[in-house]
Amino acid sequence: MKALSVSHLLGIKYLQEEDLHLIFETAKHFKEVINRPIKKVPSLRDITIANLFFENSTRTKLSFELAEKRLSADVLNFSANQSSVKKGETLVDTVNNILAMKVDMVVIRHPHPGAAHFLSKRVDSCIINAGDGTHEHPSQALLDAFSLQEKFGNLSGKRIAIVGDILHSRVALSNIYALKMLNAEVQVCAPKSLLPKHIESLGIKVSTDFSQTLKWCDAVNMLRVQNERMDLNYFPSTREYSQNFGLTSERIKPLRKEIVILHPGPINRGVEISSEVADSDHAIILDQVENGVAIRMAIIYLLASKLNIPIA
Amino acid sequence: MKPKVLLSDKKINIILNRLCYQLIERHGDFSNAVLVGLQPRGTLLLDRLVELLIKSGIDQPKIGKLDTTFFRDDFRRSERPLNANATVMNQSVEGKDVVLIDDVLFTGRSIRSALTAIDTYGRPKSIELLVLVDRRFSRHLPIQPDYLGAQIDALQGDKVKVVWSEKETENTVYLEKHLE
Repeated sequence: MKALSVSHLLGIKYLQEEDLHLIFETAKHFKEVINRPIKKVPSLRDITIANLFFENSTRTKLSFELAEKRLSADVLNFSANQSSVKKGETLVDTVNNILAMKVDMVVIRHPHPGAAHFLSKRVDSCIINAGDGTHEHPSQALLDAFSLQEKFGNLSGKRIAIVGDILHSRVALSNIYALKMLNAEVQVCAPKSLLPKHIESLGIKVSTDFSQTLKWCDAVNMLRVQNERMDLNYFPSTREYSQNFGLTSERIKPLRKEIVILHPGPINRGVEISSEVADSDHAIILDQVENGVAIRMAIIYLLASKLNIPIA
Repeated sequence: MKPKVLLSDKKINIILNRLCYQLIERHGDFSNAVLVGLQPRGTLLLDRLVELLIKSGIDQPKIGKLDTTFFRDDFRRSERPLNANATVMNQSVEGKDVVLIDDVLFTGRSIRSALTAIDTYGRPKSIELLVLVDRRFSRHLPIQPDYLGAQIDALQGDKVKVVWSEKETENTVYLEKHLE
């Protein structure tokens, strides 16, 4: 009988390899559950979970909410743009007020890196990071790695490329940690202006040549250009970016090999990925979405089993 | 202390044959029956019974393997977390006559969780319970078997173990005494 080594999910950095395997193993069982005629289990019927989204999100929020409901937890949704945060309330006060309503777990997305970590030190609850600024997005990395593992069996020695806006991407950092932990080889590829300084110190390869990266890799994770986080112009034009770093079938065909294609969404069709590629058989983008619910069920289930709250 | 043998291999084989005939008596050609082994240990008994049923001329009885971990009532109540096993249910149980199969019936709580879990695959016409060993006087819930291998008496802390051997001649049910 195994348990997670942590009692919050703040980032992949804080997990051990065994945690990843336990989450994947549990997610496999939940994936079977969500394909039944009745897709619900009663495990968390005495648990209440608050989803605090201080930043916009569609699929992560829906995915967490569905995962919670499939586990029979009671769910509370909160969006910052319709709340007292606008009236000047601090993060800790907001969360403590919600916890006072007898909430057991908190899923938080926040524009500031470290917000989940900060909260875990200051409030008495289980915190799940659903994305903190440009820092980590652990549930996304877990579902990406899980989807790749489904495809490849074992990630050891597999070559995974992460392409696009690495500088602003929490998905990239969490993915790098997760893939390295599973002994995959990782390469990031982007225009120089979208690569953080010293990124190679994470033990990964760095490239600015997309063609070379595609020749090298077994799978490629195409990231979105995050215009909303850009305070400067990082490349001359969207058209130029798309010509140099957009994934099209013209780029893939000459390679004569199968490359598994991931995308965390939302997709900007025609920018980082062409419609033809996004809808092709090699793209596992919709598998990622299905796996997202199973992975989040596993995370919540495993963390809830460690909750230190009185029972009935 | 050496564990006490409750059922020898010979006895187990006689029981398995009897259970198999009882199933045939009730379910005929098995056209509407689904045999569901409970993970982890009930599925081993299921495998034995299916072998015998096929030998007796039942053509490919419909089977499933059901894990009830997520339906258990002791989530967050035991020292160790509950880890699941695989569920393999390739058909709906809507309108079917389901036979739940487990090796040892003790408190009845696993069976209760199985009754909830099986519902997620449809509404069966009927559900019956088959167990190899029934530990008498230890039930927490009003659950009794419809097909029973043997009844045994054991103290609360004792362990009753069913060991399935690779060879057909070494199956045993034994009792491990609880040591203070």
